[in-house]
Amino acid sequence: MANIKTSEKKSKAQSMGMHTEVLTGRTQQKFFNPDEAENFYYFGTYDVDFNKRTDLDVMNMSAPEANKEIDNLMSQGYGTIVIKNPQGKHSLGVGILNKLNLIFEGSLGYFGMGSCDGPIVRINGRVGWSCAENLMAGKVVIEKNAGSCFGAAIRGGDLICKGSVGARTGIDMKGGTIIIGGDAGAFTGFMMQRGRIIILGDVGINLGDSMYDGTIFVGGEIGSYGSDAVDAELTSSDQDWLRRKLKVAEIGEDFDVSKMKKIVAGKKLWNYDNLEPTEKKGAI
Amino acid sequence: MCGIAGLIHRGKSSNVGSELQGMLQALKHRGEDSTGYALYGDTDGKNFIMRFKVGENVGEGSSSVMEDVSVYDERKKIVDQTLAEMGAKIVKEERTLPYSLRYEIDFETKDLLDFSQRIESIPGVEILSMGKSLEVIKDLGNAKMVCDRYSLDKLVGTHAIGHARMATESGVDIKSAHPFWGYPFSDVSVVHNGQLTNYWNNRRVLENKGMRFMSECDSELIAVYIAQKMREGASLEEGMKDSLTGLDGVFTYFVATKDSLGMAKDTMAAKPLVLYESDDLVAMGSEEIAIRSVLPHEIDTYDPFDGEVKVWQI
Repeated sequence: MANIKTSEKKSKAQSMGMHTEVLTGRTQQKFFNPDEAENFYYFGTYDVDFNKRTDLDVMNMSAPEANKEIDNLMSQGYGTIVIKNPQGKHSLGVGILNKLNLIFEGSLGYFGMGSCDGPIVRINGRVGWSCAENLMAGKVVIEKNAGSCFGAAIRGGDLICKGSVGARTGIDMKGGTIIIGGDAGAFTGFMMQRGRIIILGDVGINLGDSMYDGTIFVGGEIGSYGSDAVDAELTSSDQDWLRRKLKVAEIGEDFDVSKMKKIVAGKKLWNYDNLEPTEKKGAI
Repeated sequence: MCGIAGLIHRGKSSNVGSELQGMLQALKHRGEDSTGYALYGDTDGKNFIMRFKVGENVGEGSSSVMEDVSVYDERKKIVDQTLAEMGAKIVKEERTLPYSLRYEIDFETKDLLDFSQRIESIPGVEILSMGKSLEVIKDLGNAKMVCDRYSLDKLVGTHAIGHARMATESGVDIKSAHPFWGYPFSDVSVVHNGQLTNYWNNRRVLENKGMRFMSECDSELIAVYIAQKMREGASLEEGMKDSLTGLDGVFTYFVATKDSLGMAKDTMAAKPLVLYESDDLVAMGSEEIAIRSVLPHEIDTYDPFDGEVKVWQI
């Protein structure tokens, strides 16, 4: 097992509550240190001014053309961009790695807002499959419905759908929060590893199937539980957190969270260990 | 991958040929090995319309064997003779391409099984569709190519379903292209996106019950499966609901009849479908961009849930 030491140096990172462990030995993992921020350059990011606003009509643009133009506008310092006529195009708004106020006046197709880190996005329409896949930070709000694989593999940020979503919402998610105002389809939270999912309506079959960790809150009926998904006690701190989250999300503020069900991993499927195969041989 | 699209106008007719072309062309990135249309046109309902082929398209990446046009002519001649022997009168005849024909037939029958078996006993001949309103047109290439080739853009009717195909488990040819006719039922057609894993088990059972398969495309099973259920007395919706457990695999499919259009989605919801519903129009497709081709303004759409079956009437 790796030898874990704790850095004695009181750093800015510690005061921010971030990880400060320094791993030595087999695992050479390094955590981001804001004290060294000046040595980092996050490629493709811009300092933008939220008060600098513009419209972009993408009606006659392909998705790559539209995304390049968004990038161009950010490079000019525009911090609020309103996208007109998205027309259900796929892969719009992907790979935005800085703060940005982005508004879509219409619906997106597949993979909208994928791999983003930081933008605040409002979509005044519907989104197709895999919206905000791999979101790392920021907030994405969808005013209507969403397709399947909503928030697949997100690592952080808030992803909010005011309508209903398809199957496999939050599949493989590793952090962050997904909030659904309506119903959710089958296999919601499938293989999720961290993070939280809140569904105010009903949810389909196999909820939380093979989830490793994380928490799912459901306000309506549950079609069926997936393998290793179990009920847990809804604590008062859970309820406080739910009320806060729903208020910030501008969704279900008056919802009675005390009646919600809380689902977590039973951890009966946890049959792995930390040993590499070669180490296992040594142990034997 | 494949893409499917469909629309049904309620209470009126429209240019469904052109509309479906736009929807399928928007999905061409999902596959353009072949494209097929099942169009329900406005007719007087007196005669049967039989779309059939006497050969294959051997161009455009086809896996079919080249045949001389004289072979097609010979097959057509035998079809004409067989129709005459059965007392079926050809009212109108169109030969769009050397291998593809459209007949309007004056023929009185309620059971098309015997009729179809006799026509298809002629080697190299396959009925693509049979009905009083339905016309199945399918060929190699994308939606626009097929539409232009068969001049489908002017066809007026109430509803239509179509398919843009990426060939995966069977050949690039017309016989494996969608839509499939719900043999031997008049005016029944099916398109499918997905894979069926119990194809051979079901096929053996259905063949033992007298049903016929013209290809080795798993999607054909859906048409035959639904048709068999209807033969046994089930309604279209009952047959579709039964298919959710009878068919194994991942699928989203559409079925259309003379006056209705239905969709079914497997219990894992593994294949996409976006739906738009209003009082006078239902439009659906594998992706929203298909619907946008007929409804460019802002609309409310949604994904049907797992295991959902819906049927709409004209």
